[in-house]
Amino acid sequence: MSKISSSPVPERVLQSIEEVDAGLGAAGYIANEQINTTVYLAHHLKKPILVEGPAGVGKTELAKSIATWLDLPLIRMQCYEGLDESKALYEWKYGKQLLYTQILKDKIGSVVDTADNLATALDKLHSFGDIFFSRQFLEPRPLLRALEQVRGSVLLIDEIDKSDQEFEAFLLEILSDYQVTVPEIGCVSALVPPVVLLTSNSSRDLGDALKRRCLHLHIGFPDEALELRIIESRVPGLELRLRQQLVSFVQQLRALDLKKLPSVSETIDWAKVLLLLHTSVLEVGVVRQTLNVLLKFEADIELAQGQLSGMVQKARRDARLE
Amino acid sequence: MYLPTDSSPSQSLASEPLRRFLQVVRGAGVRISAAEGIDAARVVQIVGYSERGALKYALGSVLAKTVAEKTIFNEAFDSYFKREALVTEAFDPASAADPDSNTAPPPSSADSVVGESEALTQRPSQALESLIESNDAAGLASALESAALATGLKNIRYMTQKNLYVRRILDHMGLERLEQAIHFYRSAADDLNQKKAQWLGGQLTRLRQQIRDYVERQLLLFSRADSEQYREEILKAARLSNIQKRDLDKMRILVRQMAKRLAVRYAKPRRRRLRGQLDVRRTLRRNMGWGGIPFLTVWKQKRIEKPRVMVLCDVSGSVAEMAQFLLMFLYAINEVLADIRSFAFSGSLIEVSQIVESEPVERAIETILERVGFGSSDFGNSFADFEAGWMDCVTSKTTIIILGDARGNGNDPRLEIVSRLSQRAKRIVWLNPEYRYAWGTGDSDMLRYLPFCHVAQVCHSLRHLERAISAILEDAV
Repeated sequence: MSKISSSPVPERVLQSIEEVDAGLGAAGYIANEQINTTVYLAHHLKKPILVEGPAGVGKTELAKSIATWLDLPLIRMQCYEGLDESKALYEWKYGKQLLYTQILKDKIGSVVDTADNLATALDKLHSFGDIFFSRQFLEPRPLLRALEQVRGSVLLIDEIDKSDQEFEAFLLEILSDYQVTVPEIGCVSALVPPVVLLTSNSSRDLGDALKRRCLHLHIGFPDEALELRIIESRVPGLELRLRQQLVSFVQQLRALDLKKLPSVSETIDWAKVLLLLHTSVLEVGVVRQTLNVLLKFEADIELAQGQLSGMVQKARRDARLE
Repeated sequence: MYLPTDSSPSQSLASEPLRRFLQVVRGAGVRISAAEGIDAARVVQIVGYSERGALKYALGSVLAKTVAEKTIFNEAFDSYFKREALVTEAFDPASAADPDSNTAPPPSSADSVVGESEALTQRPSQALESLIESNDAAGLASALESAALATGLKNIRYMTQKNLYVRRILDHMGLERLEQAIHFYRSAADDLNQKKAQWLGGQLTRLRQQIRDYVERQLLLFSRADSEQYREEILKAARLSNIQKRDLDKMRILVRQMAKRLAVRYAKPRRRRLRGQLDVRRTLRRNMGWGGIPFLTVWKQKRIEKPRVMVLCDVSGSVAEMAQFLLMFLYAINEVLADIRSFAFSGSLIEVSQIVESEPVERAIETILERVGFGSSDFGNSFADFEAGWMDCVTSKTTIIILGDARGNGNDPRLEIVSRLSQRAKRIVWLNPEYRYAWGTGDSDMLRYLPFCHVAQVCHSLRHLERAISAILEDAV
């Protein structure tokens, strides 16, 4: 059992859910009450958060914002099929180990020189510490690095659903006890438990064991008021009227029967595009030209084209232009 | 399964509503483990009961772990924690002639019965009358809660028990004393007391009504826990062609649950390490960088094949329902299958993999039916179609599942094609929704197909389906 020796930094304790809201807001992340509550709970229960939801609603962004807000290093691990522990946890520095054995080979003569029989030679050998399998030769990968941070860290395990089922099982130890076992060394446990976020696009069902250890947070598409605030925070240059029209238009798009619904990240991109084009009022022509920012499938664009003028008009009405 | 009651008096008191809530959520169909229940208790300690919004999200993040479960959970939460202010109308002193007597101490005759009723039941902390008088909604609500607890309201199962429980709860809240107080006011001569008696009587009727509502809600919540489980058992064993429309959603959830169980059971690693057998060639290759000193050893491995499945579904008439569930099941376990291709036929056969993959199964089946239609089935012709179009795709690793009643309406069954198919494929599994004694009767060609099938099973309920698919997966491992 080897612990990372360093004095723990006195931990900041969150007092209220409002504090989370303010903190995330300051980091540029506009969250709803559900997100705030879950982050607050994760802080107090010391449990990881499993974030699910469609692509582009700000799952990864949440982790980044928490790191900015708490001023902790963000350690990110992207999952993919075939990810294993040598890439996620640690690896031995084989080259250096090899050099070490070479040095031993050179020095062994002088060490056992004075011994006159095998038994004393072995005794002498044993009196040297064995550092072949020791921390010096350990190359930490994201998970181990997250545990080694003195001040704590935010660990983002991105797209866990892309990894294999075996890897999921491997994560259980670190998720419940914030410790990992390196067979040659023993248990490495974190002094300051990291804030862990796992994201998933639900491309496969995660195991019950993993879900049981996590708080589950589902982030859906934001409602109109929230999206307005998000755009305000992310694209500050956009004037209020246009922002209202834009959000109203996107909300209408989401009501259509599309293959892939436009997400918050697409709305932000579109807002930036409109800002670049110096648009002041939403018009059918501009929307038609820039629709490919919002919609990623040809079929979706075709479907939306047909109803464009109606939706633009409604968006203007919502912003009280007409 | 439930939280321990003997931890500490204050904690067990606090977790009682929670424990009942967990029971309700479980009854509604969300699976909650003991560990999650303990987490829920800690959540309540952190967030508290006062902030309903925060509590809902907090408990939701601990208890409901999929989007579907979240919906169920939110529903259960809203109806369980719905508490209306019990008495909303205050006693208006202006309507009374003498405002002073409002603050007068309670009549002595009411005090005389205290000792008597205390012996009968455990008294609530505050007398009912003063709760009503001070319009203390929170106090009334908590008195109602503790009365519900003491009378064992959570055991309510039937509609007919409603009146009984309303009466018991009222008794426990101190109805007797209130009635005596009303009687006392009424018998008093002066006008104010008369008015007060009338007002109290009105409030009592109101309270009775509200308690009745409360009991009704609890009945819905708690009786569901049992009946839901019972219904699931029935649905699992029911003939799939008899399933009613309103149960379809439930069936879908059931299929998903069963499929997940199978998927987890058979999700084995694709390679199995053969321990103790060194792969010398690959070990040397891997350690070239270190001059052939074997730092890393490579062991021999055996690949485990996931089954490749081709499903041929008869979608004519009675079998269509069955096909829907078979396809739903197979696509729900697709992570443990290497490849699924599905075909639908009645008079002729088409491939429907695309349709089933791109649309939710219930809609997919409708689309398929539009394409292939409810025509009278012709197994021979359909097999001929299959041979012409897809025989090349059948390899020695393919499992072919045929779902149908084998009633070809007297057409040529084309046994020779099935025979060729059985030689080519790893195996043919025939699932027949008819009982075994009906095989071969009338226009059924089942007995003639039978020699070419590796497995032929009766299959007309979810249980049968689970067993059949489980057997297919078992064999592949």
